Amino acid sequence: MDNIIIYIETEGGKISDVSLELLTKGRTLAGELSCKLEALIIGSSVEQHTQELFNYGAETIYLAQDKRLEHYLTLPYSAITIDLFKKERPQIALFGATSVGRDLAPRVSSALVSGLTADCTSLEIGNHKEAKSGKEYQNLLYQIRPAFGGNIIATIINPDCRPQMATVREGVMKKEPLATPVKGVVKVIETKDIIKTEDFVVEIIERHIEERKIDIKGSPIIIAGGFGVGSKENFNLLYELASVLGAEVGASRAAVDAGFAEGARQIGQTGITVRPKLYIAAGISGQIQHTAGMDQSAMIISINSDPNAPIHQIADYAIIGDMNEIIPRMIKSYKLNSK
Amino acid sequence: MTKKLKIVVLAKQVPDTRNVGKNAMKEDGTVNRAALPAIFNPEDMNALEQALRLKDRHPGSVVLLLTMGPARAAEIIREGYYRGADGGVLLTDRKFAGADTLATSYALAMALKKMQPDIIIAGRQAIDGDTAQVGPQVAEKLNLPQVTYAEEIVGFEKNKLVVKRRLERGVESVRTPLPAVNTVHATAPECRPRNAKQLMRFKHARTLTEEQDNEHNSYLPVISPESLRIPEWGVADVGGEESHYGLSGSPTKVKKIENIVFQAKESKRLTSSFEEIDMLMTELISSHTIG
Repeated sequence: MDNIIIYIETEGGKISDVSLELLTKGRTLAGELSCKLEALIIGSSVEQHTQELFNYGAETIYLAQDKRLEHYLTLPYSAITIDLFKKERPQIALFGATSVGRDLAPRVSSALVSGLTADCTSLEIGNHKEAKSGKEYQNLLYQIRPAFGGNIIATIINPDCRPQMATVREGVMKKEPLATPVKGVVKVIETKDIIKTEDFVVEIIERHIEERKIDIKGSPIIIAGGFGVGSKENFNLLYELASVLGAEVGASRAAVDAGFAEGARQIGQTGITVRPKLYIAAGISGQIQHTAGMDQSAMIISINSDPNAPIHQIADYAIIGDMNEIIPRMIKSYKLNSK
Repeated sequence: MTKKLKIVVLAKQVPDTRNVGKNAMKEDGTVNRAALPAIFNPEDMNALEQALRLKDRHPGSVVLLLTMGPARAAEIIREGYYRGADGGVLLTDRKFAGADTLATSYALAMALKKMQPDIIIAGRQAIDGDTAQVGPQVAEKLNLPQVTYAEEIVGFEKNKLVVKRRLERGVESVRTPLPAVNTVHATAPECRPRNAKQLMRFKHARTLTEEQDNEHNSYLPVISPESLRIPEWGVADVGGEESHYGLSGSPTKVKKIENIVFQAKESKRLTSSFEEIDMLMTELISSHTIG
């Protein structure tokens, strides 16, 4: 009762980073609330993970193990989660904002008629006073997230319903094991009593790894490279920064013509027109043919060793220097500061 | 297979938050929401295309749109018509106002009970909230299976629907019985363009509310026949518990809203030193531009 339950996701026989990040955050929240931190793990052979969960501070592990649960399936997984939450009545339940967590958590919240906030970037404990009724609430979970395309930051609360549910994206919270693992307990969930045959009406036919199609237009952050990047190999630096920031890589026509990047990445008059929140242009001189496709970006950072490159004129921030030095520094700084 | 399907597409009218360029900023650096155009939510467009493709393969099927919003959201139904849908319903009622995802899904589920579709297709998420919750919540309320993150509704196999899902690290194909709720990911094919004939035929499709507004604008032709009437449903039409709608049916409350302030400024010049880059990155993180 009144504890915090973290839904633990596994992928390829490993616990997902986001679940460990949530446990790390959960420890802080549980400390402030003087309640227990608990974990729910569902799968076909998940017993092996209990020690790692203790390392991250789970005091109780609810373990649902069943051969039929090797891969995530909405209906049986949600049946188990809903059943547990009804019995244990956690005050807070956290899920990774992954394709699994974003499929499972809303289903659970609907069944329990409890509020859910997606993609939180920060979670805090705080009080609340209802303006109309004057009713006061202690120790609510502040679910803080960007909304409106990232143009506002909203603090959401669920004053009256439990559990207070939230999803958080991978990499948003930091992940830190305890120096001394907790000596927790494992409680086995009898899956046979909960899941029914009809929970398996949706069958997985096939699963395979397939590379994602390039989606430059839909990306809020774009890292674009030009002829000045110098080679296809140097473009790898851009991909590295893009993967750290959750961005897409774009290219100028000159870079595409030189074979540094695929045509599908070309931005500009003859390519795609983009208006991301942030556009980082590396080794791009800034010819009108290119800028026509990106000058409406909300923020532009240019990186070019030529102080007179026209791209610097339209940039909000112009960094004069060698991108081979600058981009690794950006990655390093992001990693240092983002958690 | 000559299966005739009743397909309902859930679609939302949203402010176009993707293209918040510098001209959509107010002087204080916050977003001027009024300057953002109201658009058909992009992933709902991908959902509509999947529905139309099913209709192409199963002649005699119907595609209907269901949208919830104020009177002007009738535009969503018209846009659906232009691209090949057969009609739709506007869920509109002051009692729906202030709904979070749970109260929204309750209203949609009540309307869907009345519509009785074989397949429900929605966009994965709407760009004004990015929650991806309404699809699964509708499925739960109707006690139906759900297939989220769909990239392609492939077709029928053993009387079940095969759907290819787009996940973080790959794809997964599943087979689901019907009725079911599908939510479509942005990697699915874009929607076909408007069809000129459909446009001519349906541009006068109106809700009763729009008709009545028209009466006051005598310069507009009032020629919409009954067959082009877009139905408007409220709480009275779909039934259900009044307390589950709108603000009272919403467990989540917004405690605080902070506007992100974009500074309008001259180009700031930086050197490549770690200190200067670090300052820039810290600023980008604290303004939530990145991270």
